[in-house]
Amino acid sequence: MATLTSKINSQSAEFQAKASAMQTLIEDLQWQVSKVITGGGEKYQNKHLARGKLLPRQRIEHLLDLASPFLELSQLAAHGMYGMHIPSAGIICGVGLINGRHCMVIANDATVKGGTYFPMTVKKHLRAQEIAQQNNLPCVYLVDSGGANLPQQDEVFPDKMHFGRIFFNQANMSAMGIAQIAVVMGSCTAGGAYVPAMADESIIVKQQGTIFLAGPPLVKAATGEVVTAEELGGADVHCRTSGVADHYAENDEHALLLARQCLANCPKPEGNTLTRQTSSPPRYPAEEIYGIVGTDLRKPFDVRDVIARLVDDSQFDEFKALYGTTLVCGFAHLDGFPIGIVANNGVLLSESAQKGAHFIELCCQRHIPLVFLQNITGFMVGKKYETEGIAKHGAKMVTAVACAKVPKFTIIIGGSHGAGNYGMCGRAYEPNFMWMWPNSRISVMGGEQAANVLTQVKRDQLAAQGETFSDTDEAAMRQPVLEQYENQGHPYYASARLWDDGIIDPKQTRDVLSLALATSFNQPQQETRFGVFRM
Amino acid sequence: MLKSVLIANRGEIACRVIRTARTMGMRTIAVYSDADANALHVKQADEAWRLGGAAAADSYLCADKILNIALQAGAECIHPGYGFLSENADFVTSCQAAGIVFVGPDALAIQQMGSKSAAKLIMQDAGIPLVPGYHGANQDPEFLQQQADTMGYPLLIKAIAGGGGKGMRVATSSAEFKTQLGGAQREGQSSFGNPIVLLERYLLQPRHVEVQVFCDRHGNGVYLGDRDCSAQRRHQKVIEEAPAPGLSDDLRQAMGSAAVAAAKAIDYVGAGTVEFLLDKDGCFYFMEMNTRLQVEHPVTEMVTGQDLVAWQLQVAANQPLPLQQVEIHLQGHAVEARIYAEDPEQDFQPSTGTINHLRQPTTDQHVRVDTGVLEGDVISSFYDPMIAKLIVFADDREQALSKLDTCLQDYHLEGINTNIDFLRKLTTLEDFAQAKLHTNIIEQHQDQLLGKNKFNFDTTLALACLALAPDNDLAGLRLNQPSQVSFSIHVDTRELHINLQLAEIYTANFSDAAGNSGKVVFTGSKTDEHLRLSLNGQMTKASYCQFGDRLSIFSPTGKLVVQLLQPQIDNFNQTRQHDAGDIVAPMNGSLIACLVESGQNVDEGEALLVVEAMKMEHTIYASTAGIVGEIYYRVGDLVAAEAQLLHLNPLPQEA
Repeated sequence: MATLTSKINSQSAEFQAKASAMQTLIEDLQWQVSKVITGGGEKYQNKHLARGKLLPRQRIEHLLDLASPFLELSQLAAHGMYGMHIPSAGIICGVGLINGRHCMVIANDATVKGGTYFPMTVKKHLRAQEIAQQNNLPCVYLVDSGGANLPQQDEVFPDKMHFGRIFFNQANMSAMGIAQIAVVMGSCTAGGAYVPAMADESIIVKQQGTIFLAGPPLVKAATGEVVTAEELGGADVHCRTSGVADHYAENDEHALLLARQCLANCPKPEGNTLTRQTSSPPRYPAEEIYGIVGTDLRKPFDVRDVIARLVDDSQFDEFKALYGTTLVCGFAHLDGFPIGIVANNGVLLSESAQKGAHFIELCCQRHIPLVFLQNITGFMVGKKYETEGIAKHGAKMVTAVACAKVPKFTIIIGGSHGAGNYGMCGRAYEPNFMWMWPNSRISVMGGEQAANVLTQVKRDQLAAQGETFSDTDEAAMRQPVLEQYENQGHPYYASARLWDDGIIDPKQTRDVLSLALATSFNQPQQETRFGVFRM
Repeated sequence: MLKSVLIANRGEIACRVIRTARTMGMRTIAVYSDADANALHVKQADEAWRLGGAAAADSYLCADKILNIALQAGAECIHPGYGFLSENADFVTSCQAAGIVFVGPDALAIQQMGSKSAAKLIMQDAGIPLVPGYHGANQDPEFLQQQADTMGYPLLIKAIAGGGGKGMRVATSSAEFKTQLGGAQREGQSSFGNPIVLLERYLLQPRHVEVQVFCDRHGNGVYLGDRDCSAQRRHQKVIEEAPAPGLSDDLRQAMGSAAVAAAKAIDYVGAGTVEFLLDKDGCFYFMEMNTRLQVEHPVTEMVTGQDLVAWQLQVAANQPLPLQQVEIHLQGHAVEARIYAEDPEQDFQPSTGTINHLRQPTTDQHVRVDTGVLEGDVISSFYDPMIAKLIVFADDREQALSKLDTCLQDYHLEGINTNIDFLRKLTTLEDFAQAKLHTNIIEQHQDQLLGKNKFNFDTTLALACLALAPDNDLAGLRLNQPSQVSFSIHVDTRELHINLQLAEIYTANFSDAAGNSGKVVFTGSKTDEHLRLSLNGQMTKASYCQFGDRLSIFSPTGKLVVQLLQPQIDNFNQTRQHDAGDIVAPMNGSLIACLVESGQNVDEGEALLVVEAMKMEHTIYASTAGIVGEIYYRVGDLVAAEAQLLHLNPLPQEA
C-alpha cells in the first residue's frame, strides 16, 4: 500500500495556535460531559444509593465485561433544552461487550426527573434501538423510569416516532432474532410496563422493580382499591403469579448477572465475514490533528494529513488522485478493518461528485465499509457549473450514498452545509454512526452566507421600492442571523437534538471508529442495489 | 572407576546426583513413579525406568523392583539419595548379593545407626556423650509412661527407625504422653515399618550442630566441618549453614574428632553425618548418625570447595578419600534455605497443586539452586513437600544472609503455597542475624514469623492496579473521559471496589463496604512479568503472574496475592453448607487411621481420624460431642480435600 507522508510543522506558530484553540474546545467538551455523567446530582444519587440500588453507570459497569469499552451515544442529548438540566436526556445508551459480544445497553437514569421520558429521551431510546437493529446487536434495557414526562405528553406520546415506537421496535427486532432483554430495577409504570412485557426475557429485582399499568394512586382513584406497589407489581407477583417477569433477582448485581446469563444463551451469529487484518498504529500522532484542523472553518487543510493520523500505518491507496481533487477517496485499514474513505478537500465539483459515486460503487461491490470525513460548504454554484449539470452529478453521489448497503460512518470534521451534507452521508442517509468534532458546524449554509443571502434579498426588495439599505440597517439585520446560525450550527445544539450520535475528540476518532466498525460487523454483509443514476 | 549409576530417588537429590555423575562420565539411570513420569530427574538422566504407582510404597520404596531395573539396565552402582531406601540395611544386603555397589555404608553400619537405641549404646561405649533417656526394648506403653514420668517432661518420643522429623513427637506432660506415643509409633510403622520408640530428655533451647564425616575402605576418616541446622519447624530443618556460627576452634575440633570417632566405632564407609545437640554451656550430646548424604550437604560443599557426591562415588569405587584432614580448609560462609510446598500460616501444612509459575534467582558460583521441579509440575501429596534448596555463599555470615534474602526475593513460585516469605522473615530476624540460634527459634518468634506480610496499602493497591490494568488500547474506553475499568479485589484482608482511570497517570479510586474510600495516583509501566511503579516519587520494581482470578505480585516486601472478585451467579443461589456433624478432609491425602466406630459416643475434641499427606499425619478431631454415624472411607483410601469423611450426629445440647 502507499504511505501517506505528512509534512506538518508542529513547531510553527500557526500550528500551535490552532492546536491551542482546539484544546480549549476539547476541555469544554470534557467539562460538559463530566457534568452529565453525574446524572441528577449528588442529592438524587445518594437517595438512589440509599435504596440499595446501583447508579445507572454502575449498573452498566456490572453488566459489561471487565474492561469493556463503552461506546456511549449522545452524551449531550437534551443539552440546554427544556429550560432545565436533563443530563444525557435521562437515559444512558451505548454499545459495550457482554460475554465478548457487542450489545446495546439502554439504561434509564432515575436520578434525572425520575427517569421520565422527555422528547429527547424518546428520540435517544429510539436511536439506540435503530443502531441495534442496523448492526444486529442484542438489546438490554435497564428499566428504572416513571414513564412519559406528563407535561411533555404531546411531544412523547402520539406520533410515529414517539413512545409507542419503542415497543414496535422491540417486537420487530425480536422477530429478526435480535435478543431483547429487560431488567426491571425500579418503576416500570404504564407504557413502561411494556418494556419487560415485550422483552424476550425479563428480570426483576426483589423489592425494587415494579411493573404495573397503573400505580397505587391511580388504582385508588379509579377503583378505591388500596394496595402497595410491591403487592401490585413486585418481583414476587410477576415471577410467581403473573408470569410478566421470568427471572427473580436478589439485587441489582444479581439482576445484571442474570442478564449476562440470558445473553450467554443467545448464540452469536456469524456476522460480517470480511477479513480483518492485524492492526498497526498510524505513523503520526493523533494529537497533531488539533494543530492541523484548528477551529477556524475558513482555514483550509489537506484532509490527507488527517487520514494519515487515523489509518493503520498511515497506508492509504488513493483512488483517482488526479481527478476531481476536491474529494479524496481511497482504501485503507483502520485497526485492521478494511475501509473506504470519502473525504472533502474543498468544495464539491461535478468531477469530484462523479468520482465519489464511482468510489462508493466500488466499496459496495467489495463490501468495504465507508468512512465519510465531512467538511463541506456545499456543491459549487454558478452558471458554468449549473450548465455542466452539477445537479445531476451531485445526484449521482447522493444516490450512491443513499443506496449503499455497506456499513457507513460519518464524521463531521469541519463544516456540514447544503447538499454537501447529503452527498457526504449526513443523518438522513442512515450512517451506522455519525459524530461531530467540537470545531464543526452544521446548517443549511454557513452563517455568513445566510446573512449575505438574506441581506441581498432585502437590498433587492428595497431597491425595487427605490429605497436604499443603510449600512447600520444591514448590520442590524446580519447580526441576529449570524447569531442564530452560530447557535444552531454548534455541535452542542446539534448533539442535544440527536442530529448526531455524539461529539468526539479528534484524538479519540480512530478508537471510536474501530469500535463502531467492530459493532457493525455483527451484521452480515448485504448486497447493494442502486437506484437510477442520472447520466 | 564406576561407569554407570542408578539413582534410586526423585526430586532435587536425584537431579543433584545426576549432575555430578555426568561430569564424572557416568551413565545415569533414573527411576520414576507414575506421578513423576515427566519429572525433571527423568528428563535429566540418560535413561529412565518406570517403577510403579505414585505411592512411595509402590515405587521408590520397592527394593526388588529397583534392583531388577539396576540389573536389567546394567547399573554398576545404586545411589540412594536421602530418604526412601537410603538407610535400609536389607536393601544394601540385596545390592551386595546382586553384585551391585551400594553408594553408602555397609548394611551393618546402617543397622547399628538405624536403631536409635542401639546407636546410643554403641556411642556410649565409644565414649561419646549422650542425652539421658530410655533406649530399651520394652515397648509396653505403661512401662514407657512410667519411664517418661521418672525422666520428667518435656521429653522426646522418637521412632527408632525414624528420621527427618517423622516418627518424632514431644510430650509436654504425662497426660498427653500416650497420644504422642501412639502418633510416633504409627508414623514409625507407616513410614519406616517399625513402631519401636525411644525416649529422651528434651533439652531446652539447644542448638542442632552436626558434623559431616567421610570414610573410605582404606582406613581413612575425615570431617568436613560442621553445620548449624537449628532452625526447624515440625522437627524438620529449614535453614542450614556452615560453618556453625560462634563455635570456638577447640569446640569445633572436639566435635569433629568425636564425629570421626563415632564413625570409626562402626567401621563406617562413605558420607555420614553425626548430629549433636549443643547446649548453652557448650556441652554437646550425640543425637544420631545419619548414614547417608544429607539434604544440607551443599553448604559443606560451598565452604570446603568439594563435591561430596563425587567423593561418594569415588569411595564407592573403592578409591581413597581425595583429601586428608589437614588438607581440608574451610572458607567463607554458606547458608541453605529449603523451599517447601507448604503454608506457614496453616501450621506448615503441605500445599499441593500445580506450579504454574516458577522463576528462580540467577545462579552463579556463589548462588546455587538444587531443584527437582519445573514450571508446570504437579506437587502431589505422595512425597516430601521440599521442592528445592537455595544455597548461597559469601565471605562472611552477614553477607551470606543478605545475599540469601535477595535471592529469596527473586524466587517466585505460584500455584502452591511456599515458605519463601517465611524464610525471609526468619533469616532477617534480629536473633538470627546475631546467631542466637536454638531449635525453638521458630516457635519463639512465631508471632513475627507467621503474621501476614506488612504491605504498604498504597503501594499494594497501586501494584495490584498496575498489574490488572488492561493494556489493550480500547480497554475501558469512554468517550471524552479517561478510559476506566472497575473491579473488586480482595487484597491483604480487605475487600475493595476500585475504579481505575487508565491514562498516563493512573488514578485508582477505591472504596470498601465499611464506607472507607480514597484514591491513589501513580504512574508505571509493565511487561508480561514485570511491574515498575512510581508512587510518591518512589520507584518500586516487582514481578507478577495471573492465573484466572488470582494475581500474584512478587514485591520487595514479599508475595502478595490479590484475588479478583468476579461476582458469580452461583453466589446468589443457595449452596449446601457443611453442618457441624460433617467431618471433612483438611487436604488431599490418604486415610491412615480410623480411631472410632459407627455408633460410638465421642467427646468434643476427641481424635476421630488420621489423614496422611506428604508423609505428615493430620489428626481430625470431633468438632462437637456426638455419636459417630456413617464413616465414608476405609483406612488406606485416598481422600480429596473437603471430602466428607465421617458423619457425626451431635448430641442435643443439655439445658
